[in-house]
Amino acid sequence: MAVPIKHVLGILVDNLSIRGSVMPLSRSSSVNWAKGLNIPRGGKTVIYTGLMYQLMPSIIAMEKMTSKFADSWISNFYGVGRMVNKVISITPFMTWTNASERERFNSILHNIAKLLQVANVDFGYLYDEEMYAGALVHDEGINDVFEAHAHKVYERLKKHNVERVITVDPHTTDMLKSVYPKIIKDYQLEVKSYLEVLAESNLKPLKKLEQDIVIHDSCVYARYEGIIDQPRQLLENAGAQIIEPINTKKMTYCCGGPAESLFPSKARTVADSRVEQLASVGDKSVTMCPICFVNIRAAAETKNLSVKDISDYLVDAYCDQ
Amino acid sequence: MSKVNPDFVEKISGFTEFNAYACINCGSCTALCPMGIDLLPRRMFRHVMLGFEDKVLENTEEVFSCLLCKMCEENCPKEVPIVENIKSIRWYINRDIFKLGRG
Ligand code: SF4
Ligand code: SF4
Repeated sequence: MAVPIKHVLGILVDNLSIRGSVMPLSRSSSVNWAKGLNIPRGGKTVIYTGLMYQLMPSIIAMEKMTSKFADSWISNFYGVGRMVNKVISITPFMTWTNASERERFNSILHNIAKLLQVANVDFGYLYDEEMYAGALVHDEGINDVFEAHAHKVYERLKKHNVERVITVDPHTTDMLKSVYPKIIKDYQLEVKSYLEVLAESNLKPLKKLEQDIVIHDSCVYARYEGIIDQPRQLLENAGAQIIEPINTKKMTYCCGGPAESLFPSKARTVADSRVEQLASVGDKSVTMCPICFVNIRAAAETKNLSVKDISDYLVDAYCDQ
Repeated sequence: MSKVNPDFVEKISGFTEFNAYACINCGSCTALCPMGIDLLPRRMFRHVMLGFEDKVLENTEEVFSCLLCKMCEENCPKEVPIVENIKSIRWYINRDIFKLGRG
């Protein structure tokens, strides 16, 4: 067995139970993206990042470690690592992040909030009170830990009298919109992805995107949440020509990301197949999920394919830069 | 030879009951799975329903390699809740074998 599943999951569980996040994230790393936007604290409607974009630089660093050591001493290291990790967080040592990567992911959140502001959406932000929604422990099937965490997240939202949340990534969207209501009694929260909110607004493009863009649907948006038309509508309204790859919409092909932390090489094979599909129909691609972005970008490095987050294109078309 | 154990399936349930009884073993799921793992999902479900605990555990890596991408589920003619089932098997392994969770 390449990576010891039990110990990797153990570290995630301990981090979530002890530190409230699957990976430690400093206060500034969580909220720096919002600088200069004057988003009010709290409110009935809030943007909810779920820390996904902010966690990506740590996840990239952790994955580099995992793939480097997958077949050697890491097996032992993870076991000891988990014991030590309970007392002092070892994950920061495993996840030195890179400043330009941090800026890159922060810029995506900045784009999204800007778009909402331009669309005249009235929203606040919980800043350091915002919590990770728990998608990873949910997906790995650590049900009791997930359930306890979900309740904490919901209580936090209720404490701040939040009634509506605008999510920014598919995984947090699915957690808050479809998974939480199944496990939390009398759940009352209206949840929409920013793509839905923007598609319903009367946002007008200021600039034409005269480009052919290959679209990569996220499995979660397309197959779990049925969010398929909104990103197309927003790009097309701005004049972009959408190119559909062979697997698209409800038949979209996974980026491989969910297997990344346990089976990096298998995940890479899936990402390579997907990039092959995208690159065979165009040279500019667009993703709408931080995990897709990371995995598609890594596999596209050696290909003639640019990879942008959808918010990069949208901010370009709809906001005055 | 694995022993048939009809009680095993009782241990496999997560936020919803394990449910693969409608599966007609058509193979669509296996053919479409981007991970290309022969066992996923239908053979794994057979192991669970027949109670082959040893076979399920021998293939822990496969259980955890599923991407939860729902390519299989989207195309399953019998609407088997494939992804929920896989997560239920994970929960059983995490709880009973790995002893993860809150205990
Ligand atoms: S696609 Fe559905 S019915 Fe066909 S083998 Fe898979 S689970 Fe069974
Ligand atoms: S959800 Fe899992 S089993 Fe189904 S196609 Fe995706 S990776 Fe394969």
